[in-house]
Amino acid sequence: MQKGTYLLKKGLAEMLKNGVIMDVVNAQQARIAEKAGACAVMALERVPADIRNAGGVARMADPLKIKEIMNAVTIPVMAKCRIGHFAEARVLEALGVDYIDESEVLTPADDSHIIKSDFKVPFVCGARNLGEALRRIEEGAAMIRTKGEAGTGNIIEAVKHVKCIRREIESLQDMTQKQFHEKAKEYGVSFDLIIQTKKLQKLPVVNFAAGGIATPSDAALMMLLGCDGIFVGSGIFKSQKPFETAKAIVEAATHFDRPQIIAKVSTGLGEAMKGLDIKKLEIRLQERGN
Amino acid sequence: MPKIGVLALQGDFSEHIKMLKKCNVNVCLVKLPEDLIDVQGLIIPGGESTTIGNLMQRNGLNKEITKKHKEGMIIYGSCAGAILLAKDIIGSSQPRLNLLDISIKRNDYGRQVDSFEAQLSIEKIGKFNGIFIRAPVIEQVSNGTKVLSRLNNNPVLIQDKNILASTFHPELSNDKRIHEYFIKLTKNFL
Repeated sequence: MQKGTYLLKKGLAEMLKNGVIMDVVNAQQARIAEKAGACAVMALERVPADIRNAGGVARMADPLKIKEIMNAVTIPVMAKCRIGHFAEARVLEALGVDYIDESEVLTPADDSHIIKSDFKVPFVCGARNLGEALRRIEEGAAMIRTKGEAGTGNIIEAVKHVKCIRREIESLQDMTQKQFHEKAKEYGVSFDLIIQTKKLQKLPVVNFAAGGIATPSDAALMMLLGCDGIFVGSGIFKSQKPFETAKAIVEAATHFDRPQIIAKVSTGLGEAMKGLDIKKLEIRLQERGN
Repeated sequence: MPKIGVLALQGDFSEHIKMLKKCNVNVCLVKLPEDLIDVQGLIIPGGESTTIGNLMQRNGLNKEITKKHKEGMIIYGSCAGAILLAKDIIGSSQPRLNLLDISIKRNDYGRQVDSFEAQLSIEKIGKFNGIFIRAPVIEQVSNGTKVLSRLNNNPVLIQDKNILASTFHPELSNDKRIHEYFIKLTKNFL
């Protein structure tokens, strides 16, 4: 019997596909998310919009909070650690969380990332482009998400990131052997990983959308652009009707190619989270980590 | 060739589709009740059983699946699929199809760090790499149920007449023998 294999790590991400992972800050929100149809929750001290407002150093959540959320639901529970902070990651692994997000939403602890293959628990990491995604995979990430711009309720950055990754994978298709070697060097990853990505014509792990998703149509847009599923951070519990919004985003992720269904579930949701203009941001979280 | 539908509300349905395509059958995605027309065999994939159960209740797919099953549609559920088929999900009132007379307990091996791969021995199929991810445990089966494989004495692959259920994920391996077995079952019931 084998545990902690890469196949098992990637496998859990496969099970989350076409689903919605929701940020929650307490047991009550976790139960609402589960009831609305979330396929997993992200246990946090604060949602990204509040982390942005609070300023200061954002760290891993209190284990008490994480345990409270783990005890409240039967779906997988994820939690965030700081980029490069492998001690926080070890704590999260010891707590038994199902996935760790080495996340730019928290204040980085290092310029380099955690060697994720050293862990039994799987990791998800953010990426803005193919090089970043492949570097994370090489370090052992079993799932990728777009970075987007967390806590803004503004979808533009997530759209840019998923399109950029797709374009860069397409450009691999007509490269020569020499160019593959050059790409591997440029990205700082192995030649084999470049070739594997070229052959699959997609990332070798599940790729979710994250960072700015606030409405059912946002979720549908990201699925139509080829994402495997959706993370919603502040978009749910910063909206006027969190349960209804959560339910509607879950349906939109499933029926993304049927606009009539999206229209129906979007009706009467009240106000979505207010959102921020990317140009006016003081801190761009996506620039943390590379 | 039978037409096999794969429930595509949430989860790893695309892995099942890849597997079925290797077996040369007609495959279709099932998201709405009308997608079940002409479907002779249905696969309920791995994923989150609460999510899938919720979504099928919202659009009435649960009732249509039950109806089609009574008319002869064969069903295979892997992991979350097995949970959704069960009559008794221990300690849970979540939405389900209620078609398979078993007691099943969710996440009973533990959390993701306890997920595992194990070598199984399956009746009529032989050795098989079982991939168990936050897997449930089947605690009880009814008298007529055939247990095709066990692990630590718990059934991990069972067949009750025209329903097949596994607590592991053959769709994540490169081994299509369980899918072939299911297709053969579908043909036999045609």
